[in-house]
Formats: sequence, C-alpha cells, structure tokens
Amino acid sequence: MTGSINRPPQMLEALTHHPPGRPRRPGPRGLQRKTLASWLFLLLGIAYFALPLVGTLIFSLRAKPMLSAWTDMINDPQVWSTLGYSFAIGVVTITVSIVLLVPTAFWVRLRLPRLRPVVEFVTLLPFVVPPIVLVFGLITTFSQPPLPLTGTNFGSDVLLVCAYVILSLPYMYRAVDAGLRTIDIQTLTEACQSLGAGWATILWRVILPNLRVSILSGAFLTLAIVVGEFTIANFLARPMFATYLQQISGNLAYQPAAVALMSFGITWGAMGVIALVGRGNQGRIEIGGAH
Amino acid sequence: MVTTPDARGAPSARRGHRRVPWTFLGVVPFFVFATMFLVIPTSYLVVGSFRDQAGNFTVQNYLDLSRPLTANAYTTSIEISLVTAILGGILGFLLAYAVIAGGLPMPIRTGIMTFSGVASNFAGVPLALAFIFTIGRTGFVTVILKTVLGVDVYGAGFTIYSKLGLEIVYLYFQLPLMVLIIAPAIDGLKKEWREASENAGASTFQYWRFIALPVLMPSLMGSMILLFGNAFGAQATAFALTGGFINLVTILIGGQLSGDVLGNQNLGYALAMGMVAIMAVTILAYSWLARRAERWQR
Repeated sequence: MTGSINRPPQMLEALTHHPPGRPRRPGPRGLQRKTLASWLFLLLGIAYFALPLVGTLIFSLRAKPMLSAWTDMINDPQVWSTLGYSFAIGVVTITVSIVLLVPTAFWVRLRLPRLRPVVEFVTLLPFVVPPIVLVFGLITTFSQPPLPLTGTNFGSDVLLVCAYVILSLPYMYRAVDAGLRTIDIQTLTEACQSLGAGWATILWRVILPNLRVSILSGAFLTLAIVVGEFTIANFLARPMFATYLQQISGNLAYQPAAVALMSFGITWGAMGVIALVGRGNQGRIEIGGAH
Repeated sequence: MVTTPDARGAPSARRGHRRVPWTFLGVVPFFVFATMFLVIPTSYLVVGSFRDQAGNFTVQNYLDLSRPLTANAYTTSIEISLVTAILGGILGFLLAYAVIAGGLPMPIRTGIMTFSGVASNFAGVPLALAFIFTIGRTGFVTVILKTVLGVDVYGAGFTIYSKLGLEIVYLYFQLPLMVLIIAPAIDGLKKEWREASENAGASTFQYWRFIALPVLMPSLMGSMILLFGNAFGAQATAFALTGGFINLVTILIGGQLSGDVLGNQNLGYALAMGMVAIMAVTILAYSWLARRAERWQR
C-alpha cells in the first residue's frame, strides 16, 4: 500500500514531471498571494490568542499603586501554599502513575502481548468518563463503607491522587508504551537475567533509565494538568491552586489577574520542557484534557 | 473405575496450570487500580441510574431525562460543543494550513505548535478570568470598542456569561487543539499530488475539491468529533465563567453533586450516564475515522 493515486507508476511520473517551457507551478504572483493570506491568518490567530493575555495583564496593572496586584500575590502565603500543595499532588500522581504503568506496560509487551488491546482500552476509558462524572462516581463510592475515604483529609488526598492517576492514564501509558517500543526489551531482559538480575533490578536499573525521556514528557503534561485542574479538586474540597484562584476571583479585585497569568506561565513552562525533551521526535503530540 | 494419571501428561499440565496465573499476576495491580477507581465508581452510577429511590429496578430515570431541565442541559451542551467544534475545526485547520503549507518560515511553525500545546491545556479558572478581564463588562476590549469605535457590545445585549460568550472562551482551547491534531494530516498531503493535478490542468479549486479535501475528510471529521467531546466534557471553564448559572450537563451534574438540584439522586446518575454514552459514541466515531485517515499518512 503506497497510498498514492491509482495509476501505473510511470504515468504518475509523467504527471509529476514538468514539461519544459510550460511552468504550471503557481507563479511568483500566486505564491505571494498565498503567503500573504497565510501571514494574515497567522496575525489574526496571534491577535485572538494574545488579547486575553494582554487584557489580563492590563487589568492586573489597573490596581493602585500600579504593581500592587503582583506584590499582593507575592505576599499572599496562600498562593504559595496552594501552589506547593498542587505541585506535591502532581509529583505524587506522577510517581504512582510510573510505579503502576511501567511494570504493566513492560510486562504486557514482554509476556502478555495478547492483553495489549485490553490494557489500551482501559487506559483510554478516561476519555469516555469526563472528570465531572469520575468525581461523581468516586464521591458516591468512597463516601460510604467499606472505604469512606472522603471522611478525612488524608483520605481525600488519596482519592485526589488516584483520580489524577486515572486522568493521566491515556497520556502516561502512551508515553511509556512509546518509549518501550524504541528499546529491545526482550534482549535487555534476557541479558539482565543471564547476569542474575531479578525483576525489580531489571525494571529499576535497566528499563526505567531507558524510558526517562519518554516518561518525562508524559510527566510534565500530567503536572500541567494537575496544577490547573479544578473540577475534581473542587468537589473533593482540596486546597489546590485552581480552587484557590476561583475562591479569590470572587472577593479580590486585581490579584486574581496576576495569579491567572502565573498559572498560564506554569502551563507554558511545563509545555516548554516537553518541547525541549521531545526535540528530535517531531510529530509527537501532547494533548491535555482537563477543561 | 480409578483413573491413573498419565505419566507424560500430568507434569506438563500441572506446570501449565501454575504458569498461567503467575504470568497474569504482573498486570494485577494495574487492573485492581483501574477497577477500584474507575470501573467501580462508574458502575455505581450505572446501577444507581437503573434504580428508583426505593431501590427497585426502573428505567424511569432515563425517561425523566426528557424533562425540561435535563433536556435543556443536553441541548445547550450539545449546541455549544457543536458550534465550537465546527468553528474551532475550520479556523484551526486554516491556521494549521497557513503555518504548515502556507510558505511561512519554519520557526513560526514550531512556535505555533508549541503555543498550541500550551493553549489547548490552558483552560478552567484562569482562562475564564482572562476572558472576563478582556471582554467582560469592564474588559479592555469592551472598553476600547466603546470609547474608540463607539460600539457598545453590552448595550447591544452581549454578555460574556451567555452561550455566545462561553463559545468564544471555549474556542481558546478548541482552536489550538485542532491545530495539534490536524497537523499530521496536512503534513500527509504530498506535494506531488498538487503538482500532478496542476500538470494535468486542474485548477486550485479542482485540486481541493477532488484531491485534498477527500484525502483530508476523515481527519477533519475525526478531529472535529474529538473537539466536540472536548467541549462536551468541559466543566471548570463554564463553572468559573458563569458561576454555575448556565445550564450545561456538566454544570447540572456538579449542582447535583453538591446539592441535589434535581431532587433525585438516581436521576443524577442517569444524567451522568447519558453523558458517558455520548462520550463513548464520540470516541468510537473518532477512532474509526482516525483509522481511515491513517491510510494517507504513511
């Protein structure tokens, strides 16, 4: 399957060959018009995407004295405590996710290839169950015996992390699986075993280091999602960064503008790391999902 | 009659019997986790949606979804998702095409792709706030329109807290998502096809009508369907923007979760299940179209 037009190859060649003296390519004029239209479209796009950010920046500077929205933010201990909490939840989520998914993806590729469609299906389920439905189900299930997790702060934290691990399944599993595809796990495993390594050693000292790059992109996407996530955090009443921003947007005037911009900066930072890490393998797309 | 164990068969059978569970043990943690935190909670809602308040089996909850409040939530959600999927799809495609195949310098392409990654993830509370600061009643675009151009959009009845306002906000993550997922399809359009069609005397219109669009169609449709699901499942942005005063399915589920606004827990479960059903159809349609689109991307 070459996926080309259904003609004999020599005919296709004749079609793509330009007869001398009859240039059919778009002339300089046509090319210019196309490029001009592209530039125009690009500028319109940039304007639409820049305007809300500019609007937020202007709004944050309307406070008197001028930079007080920013100094208030910097001096607000709760901004930093909620941000720290969100990052901590993010790091725990990523750790649990790695501990859960790396052995699973490794084992499925090594020993249970027939199970792959099943595991992949499960990792895609979070696309079908939106966060609001997930948290609805979680609260319904875990607010009663045998596991009344919502009753305590620690229980709610556990539930929050587990919900985020579920939310990150599609991205993390894909990242890990893509990484495993690029290394010869069969040979590596046999080599390790012939040297007397156990499964834990193989995973920790051989497989995991080889997956570093691909895991990193999944991890930073997860971090960006967790730090910005609102729906689940809100219903579990956790002091996350996004819920705090929502809370102050109701009763503070200008500071929320500064915090919103910082939130954008964090997303930008996480995506920047992904772009840096993923240099060289273009075509990989990272699509998030907590809106 | 006493059966004597087959001397050759028994050991291998026993070994095979023991080996199977050991191999499967490796994936047990994953399935236990997914069952506990995804399958059981969802099943809880499924079971509850088929029960009345006394605990008997019923399909009444699903019939009750046609009541004004819930039916209206579905139509509003679907309308907003459709509008932003189609608009975001078309505009996102045009932007992606301009950047990839429009003769713009390469760094611009890289920049736009990275930014699309950021913007498609920039949603929820900060996004809603950014738009309130921009096209809210005292937002700077609103003020500029009024003072410089003399256009009073709020006087004309526009408000950001409406369906239209929400659609404008949703486009902020819909459009870049389209750019990200349609880019590989645009890359898949071979230069040779264009050249071949031009050499055969085809006009630009004919090239698009008979070659480019048919090739792109599965990708375009699939991407827009994914955008539909993306908007349909969104809750945070709408909640932060309207404070819960717009009647979307996600907002209504949220209201049900925090205060039983429907006055019937089981109806709430059915509401959530209706949403899962729509998402499932969306994802199935997307993966079917994505498989069709792959044919052209080798």
